[in-house]
Amino acid sequence: MWRRVLALFIKELLAVLADPRGRWLLIGPPLIQLVVFGYAASFDLNHVPIAIYNQDRSQASRDLAARFAGSPTFTVEALLSSGRRVNELIDSRQVEAVVLIDRRFTRDLYRHVPAPVQVIVDGRNSNTGLLIEGYAGSILTAFSLAWSRAHGGNPPPAVLDARALYNQTLDSHWFIIPGIIALLTQVETLLVVGLSVARERELGTFDQLLVTPLRQLDILLGKGLPGLLVGLAEASIIIAATVLWFHVPLRGSLAALYLGLLLFVLAVTGIGLAISALSATQQQALLGAFLFLVPSIILSGFATPIANMPRWVRELTLLNPMRYILVIVRSVFLRGSGLGELLSQLWPMALIGIATLAAAGWLFRKRVT
Amino acid sequence: MSDDTAGAAIVLEDVRRSFRSGRRSVEALAGVSARARRAQITGLVGPDGAGKTTLMRLIAGLLRPDGGRIEVLGVDVARNPLLVQARLGYMPQRFGLYEDLTVAENLALYADLQNLSAGARAARYAELMRMTGLGPFQSRRAGRLSGGMKQKLGLACTLVNPPQLLLLDEPTVGVDPVSRRELWQIIEHLVRQARATVLFSTAYLDEAERCDQVLLIHEGRLLGSGPPEQFTAAMRGRSFIATAPIDRRALQERLARTAGVLDTVIQGGRVRVVTSEDSPDIRAISAAVPDLTLTPIAPRFEDGFVARLRARGADGPAAAAGTGVAQAQPAPYAQQAPGGREAVIRVSEVTRRFGEFTAVDKVSFEVKRGEVFGLLGANGAGKSTTFRMLCGLLPPTEGALRVAGFDLRTAAAVARRRIGYMAQRFSLYEDLSVRQNLRFFSSVYGLSGRRQRRRIDWAGGEFGLGALAEAKAGELPLGFKQRLALACALMHEPEILFLDEPTSGVDPLARREFWRRINVLAGQGVTVLVTTHFMEEAEYCDRLLIMAQGRVLTEGTPDAIKAAARRPERPDPTLEDAFIAAIGTGGAPQAP
Repeated sequence: MWRRVLALFIKELLAVLADPRGRWLLIGPPLIQLVVFGYAASFDLNHVPIAIYNQDRSQASRDLAARFAGSPTFTVEALLSSGRRVNELIDSRQVEAVVLIDRRFTRDLYRHVPAPVQVIVDGRNSNTGLLIEGYAGSILTAFSLAWSRAHGGNPPPAVLDARALYNQTLDSHWFIIPGIIALLTQVETLLVVGLSVARERELGTFDQLLVTPLRQLDILLGKGLPGLLVGLAEASIIIAATVLWFHVPLRGSLAALYLGLLLFVLAVTGIGLAISALSATQQQALLGAFLFLVPSIILSGFATPIANMPRWVRELTLLNPMRYILVIVRSVFLRGSGLGELLSQLWPMALIGIATLAAAGWLFRKRVT
Repeated sequence: MSDDTAGAAIVLEDVRRSFRSGRRSVEALAGVSARARRAQITGLVGPDGAGKTTLMRLIAGLLRPDGGRIEVLGVDVARNPLLVQARLGYMPQRFGLYEDLTVAENLALYADLQNLSAGARAARYAELMRMTGLGPFQSRRAGRLSGGMKQKLGLACTLVNPPQLLLLDEPTVGVDPVSRRELWQIIEHLVRQARATVLFSTAYLDEAERCDQVLLIHEGRLLGSGPPEQFTAAMRGRSFIATAPIDRRALQERLARTAGVLDTVIQGGRVRVVTSEDSPDIRAISAAVPDLTLTPIAPRFEDGFVARLRARGADGPAAAAGTGVAQAQPAPYAQQAPGGREAVIRVSEVTRRFGEFTAVDKVSFEVKRGEVFGLLGANGAGKSTTFRMLCGLLPPTEGALRVAGFDLRTAAAVARRRIGYMAQRFSLYEDLSVRQNLRFFSSVYGLSGRRQRRRIDWAGGEFGLGALAEAKAGELPLGFKQRLALACALMHEPEILFLDEPTSGVDPLARREFWRRINVLAGQGVTVLVTTHFMEEAEYCDRLLIMAQGRVLTEGTPDAIKAAARRPERPDPTLEDAFIAAIGTGGAPQAP
């Protein structure tokens, strides 16, 4: 049996690798995507265009405005002399926020009563809006602390002293790039496996395979193992690029990471084979793959935290292998986790893998009839 | 020749076109000069890969020639392709029918695309429906039509706005003889009544004889042009039917090796012989086989083609294949297959339903060891379904199938080692090399070590694939693809061989070579089951089974089936005549 599976395995790899275009497709696009996503995808706000309307025109208010201008987060696009253009600037997206320093600002500071500063934020992208509010708040806090230190008076009653573990500078690339490892591994594995059976069906070679002594299990293995190998190779390339190019620290156990990836690729291979078994043409297989890919990414915690999702969606994500591998990749990279801590993420993937492979085998048999 | 040019709908002058395939450049057309006359059917005849489709696309202005000039209806195609396209109808090999639309909707769509005025539609639709006989099926989805009906619908869509010139690219491929004849009637009607000009490409050489003019092309070159009689006239007095009281395969074998014999083909129980000389030395040939009778018969188009190919000598792959035929006896297997003449394929009361539709209805037959058995039928008659059930690709709804004592659906995988399978269109892994294909198929069938190496070497030598071992299967010429497909199916020396239209589209020499191998295999006790639309192939079979509407219509030797179709007005029917007669009389649904 193993000799036959090996023959199919070699044939599959040859079919993928013999074609220069096939080789390039496995290495080129993932790396390009990694680089593009790696630079493009970020939650950090940089150079947000803002306008400042300083009604106070005093030493203190200029000092505060300078803090906004000097922050890497903001770029001051306009200094307003009246309130007329505030709405227009935000409406036309020339600025994302307007800082209004009230006429009584300095007077209130010296009187030790709360000095009013208003931030008007473009709320169309709620996420950015919240972040702008947060950044503005921290600039104001820093200003208040400095002011009370220099001029006496009551310091703010409670001060937040935040310190980030694992990612000290809260660089969101460190969060996103390890996620891309899981994302690209899933996409490539799914496509390699998902299209392989459909392609043979289209060419008519699948019938030829079915009349050979190969059994369903042999075909499943012969088709699945190359996907496993390709998926792991793909992951390795991206991991190397993550560490060497983006300098994201890889702190934890490599063994744990690879065990996780192995189980993840296994589960994805099962899904790919099931899609393949259901499709009569490559086009259908491609559609099926994307039908799975999009929800699996959105419901994985790749971009939006699973904790924010409603309960029933949260429970749905338990079926999504990407949810687990994301936890594993991120903890191994940033927290330095080892095998022991990740067991709770490993076994569900193993379970999903067994289930999807069994389902693929069953669909195979069903579809063949 | 100005007179000739005036009457020409198509003028080709030294037309050249190459394609890049990987790193190689393939010359699809190597300088073709020819003419097609107005209001005639010009047949563009040649095997697959001859350059027929390329020429069609060049004429339709869909490709640009690398060199030469093409004039269509008096217009230079390269200068004004749009004007030419407005005047011609082009039906490519895979016509763009929308499978989810009904017959009527497809027709309406093409009427829209061709700007047929609303007023003219009703009359035109009625005319087309009458012509194609599709009237009763107007609300059927195109995807549910049989192969022959699809081609007729494609033709109807092309004819919505009657074109001055009609280009038909292999419209009869995969179409059963009955539908084929109907398609021809439509086209002949079109030319005679509407005075349209038709360029009709085909790989079926017998269709050449229905054309007014023939352009015979092979490997990108024009081998000859003229009325079909011109091709056969040169062969007059050289064609004979040979009979002798010995096995027909042995007879063919002997005759093929006799000096003065150019070509031999099995036809039922007899052998068709073409001699190499104009004034053949009949006596010398007769002496080669005891009690041989040679009866002169009319030459056919294929004789002329074969003579031309053989005269060209061993300068092309097909010609090389031809010389191989007359050489040493191939020895495919090391040993004779075991056992006597018992039935190795048994089909009893097999029914297969797809939902409401009964594709195969209580079919029973048996095939004996060493027999070459042909499964024939019109499109949709259930022969492909039966074939797939026998191969284990499809379970029967009722009844039992036994192949070498096993039901291949449920038997252990090992049982499948006893069969070989060659799919239509030669399903090879085109990205893999010849050697990789051979290694893969032999490994899958459990060959390893020395035996595997020996069989791969055997395939390389026997099929002339040795020098091409590293070539990609997809880049092989068609004849070699077919050889490789057969080699892959024979690696494990199966005792039963399933063949699905094995020589469709290949040139006549490659087909002869193929069947010669099959005959030798049958002689060694290998059972061969063929399904085909191609009456040439059916002639090689020991026994035939003709199916219609899911049932067995008739069963018997090719000679017996032909004899049953003998009528006073048709004393010597061809197998195609017999096939059509059988379908015609028994094709109607029978009372249960």
